[in-house]
Amino acid sequence: MATYIVRRVFYMIPTLLVISFLSFLIMQAPPGDFLTSYIAELSASGEQVDLELVESLRATYGLDEPWYVQYWLWISRFVRGDFGTSFEWNVPVRELIGQRLALTIFISMLTLLFTWIVALAIGVYSAVYQYSIGDYIVTTIGFLGLATPNFMLALILMYIAFQVFGISVGGLFSPDYTNAPWTWGKFVDLMKHVWIPVIVIGTAGTASLIRVMRANLLDELKKPYVVTAQAKGVPAWRALFKYPFRVAINPFLSTIGWLLPALISGDIIVSVVLSLQTTGPLYYRALLSQDMFLAGGLLMLLAILTVIGTLLSDILLAWVDPRVRYE
Amino acid sequence: MADPQVEIGRSAPAEEAGQTSTYATASQWQLIRRKFRRHRLAVVSVWVLVLLYGMALFAQFLSPHDPFEFNDKLVGAPPMRVRIVEDNKLQRPFVYGYKRTVDFATMRRYYEVDPETKFVIRFFAKGFSYELWNLFPTDRHLLAAEDGGYLHLLGTDRLGRDMVARILYGARASLSIGLVGVLISFVLGLVIGGISGLVGGVVDDVIQRLIEIIRSFPTIPLWMALAAIVPKEWPQLWVYFGITIIVSLIGWTSLARVVRGKFLSLRDDDYVVAARLSGGGNAWIIRKHLLPAFASHVIASLTLAIPAMILAETALSFLGLGLRQPFISWGVLLQEAQNVRSVALMPWVFTPVLFIIVTVLAFNFVGDGMRDAADPYA
Repeated sequence: MATYIVRRVFYMIPTLLVISFLSFLIMQAPPGDFLTSYIAELSASGEQVDLELVESLRATYGLDEPWYVQYWLWISRFVRGDFGTSFEWNVPVRELIGQRLALTIFISMLTLLFTWIVALAIGVYSAVYQYSIGDYIVTTIGFLGLATPNFMLALILMYIAFQVFGISVGGLFSPDYTNAPWTWGKFVDLMKHVWIPVIVIGTAGTASLIRVMRANLLDELKKPYVVTAQAKGVPAWRALFKYPFRVAINPFLSTIGWLLPALISGDIIVSVVLSLQTTGPLYYRALLSQDMFLAGGLLMLLAILTVIGTLLSDILLAWVDPRVRYE
Repeated sequence: MADPQVEIGRSAPAEEAGQTSTYATASQWQLIRRKFRRHRLAVVSVWVLVLLYGMALFAQFLSPHDPFEFNDKLVGAPPMRVRIVEDNKLQRPFVYGYKRTVDFATMRRYYEVDPETKFVIRFFAKGFSYELWNLFPTDRHLLAAEDGGYLHLLGTDRLGRDMVARILYGARASLSIGLVGVLISFVLGLVIGGISGLVGGVVDDVIQRLIEIIRSFPTIPLWMALAAIVPKEWPQLWVYFGITIIVSLIGWTSLARVVRGKFLSLRDDDYVVAARLSGGGNAWIIRKHLLPAFASHVIASLTLAIPAMILAETALSFLGLGLRQPFISWGVLLQEAQNVRSVALMPWVFTPVLFIIVTVLAFNFVGDGMRDAADPYA
């Protein structure tokens, strides 16, 4: 097990390198360097440009040096936790990201949990009662969830909440708590708001997981050992949960690998629509205003988050399924 | 002495036993078609897609109004209902116009059906002039209101533009992006996956690692970043192709995996080995034996890749990072529906979503059916 984990962590290194490279490329992509566009913006709005400050920034980020020096300067600072300065907000990127990143992780985890519980329950139900009315209804809803764009689902839910309950559901906190320090009350307030993004982000993933679970369990239920168990008079729930369920759930764990990138992707776009205080709207604005330091840093962090999540799921899978360890 | 027909007939599944004679002589594609037809939802979906693409192809002819024309008398007007009964008598199909009242306190416009103004609907009537596929100049339209009337069957948007026309024109961009994107993914996936499966060894390892890395990236942030780089000064057509390429950048990875897997499993199959021993060259074996063997699988995964691309374009354009006005796509149309208030006041600007859902569902069902039919011997 230890060897497996070490090997898996070792595998992460090239992945992270490529990711950092891609993020850097994207930061560099807009024409001119970001300082030039920053100066242009300042002059356009009639503000005084501090030439000395510009020169010192130019030296700090090595903007006159070749790209690999710039990359090295950026990545070596990044590793030490210095993500650069956002030119739009004029504060260190790290300060901007802190709480938002935590909220993104929190929502993604909650969504993962939601997806799993719902998909498990419904998947088992529609496999056991195959071709029943309930199965058809669930399958239809699942397909609809798969086909509806995430952000549209957010709008539809907001619309329903607006029409039926007369409340506006954007954001993660009530106005009273937005800037308040963390208290129990604020947490409760968060939980009151968080269910809409969780449902919205979770739907697409849930839909495909239900299909996986249903197909797996159906395959397993047809096997002779289950039939034998049933014939011997093993109670129905026991004949289901003792073995077939546990075999069918196995591929479930490996799905975290693709579920996690999807969840973080979903969070970005849904939180723009719902104006949540997560990384989404920040990233979106950074891209629109070409605040590339912030955008590149965020993209890198999000990718790292997914890589770590995938690592955790692989370890979990190896722990549950010994075959993976010895592959 | 082995009779080849009996040989094949024996491997046929039991359910086919009744039609063994036709089954044994049918070609692979005939078998695939036969199996596909059994997936009824997929067959219906094929027709839905034909309809949708037909709509996109004849968008100009089907639109009763110019999608760029502002109707300042009917700004944000609700859909008009087609009627055929007036004064208890059957009539030619017609719609009523609207009477507008403006609440000056909120600047909100209210529309009431106005039985005084009546627009009779004509088939193959004259409307705005256009060139069908840039080839045939004409001004005929399937439906149009009589003498300069208005026919807004799905209402108008915030600027008084006809929603039917805009959805039809938007279909051209939204539906073609999936196809063009899949074509790019197809070439990339086939070449890279093929190399990976054929060469093997270190090359295979490197390519597989690269694919894993690309897949571990959260796609939407990456797409957003790439789309944000596309210069704003670019002409519309360039932006369109830029977005298409960005959207297909992820799609090729899953296809490359399918191709590689098939190459690996087929490489050592008896008939391929036999072909190689008989002196067949690599290129010839690929063309003659490998491609036909996994073409159906490739088509199935291509079909399943299209809806993701359509959704990606929609999401990017919705956020204002993809295609932009005045270019029309379903995503661009949904920019109008960006906040709850506009949706609450003008729910009909939401209709493009229905088209997106139907398209994505249809592609999913067709892909499902293709996947089941891809291996007709199973």
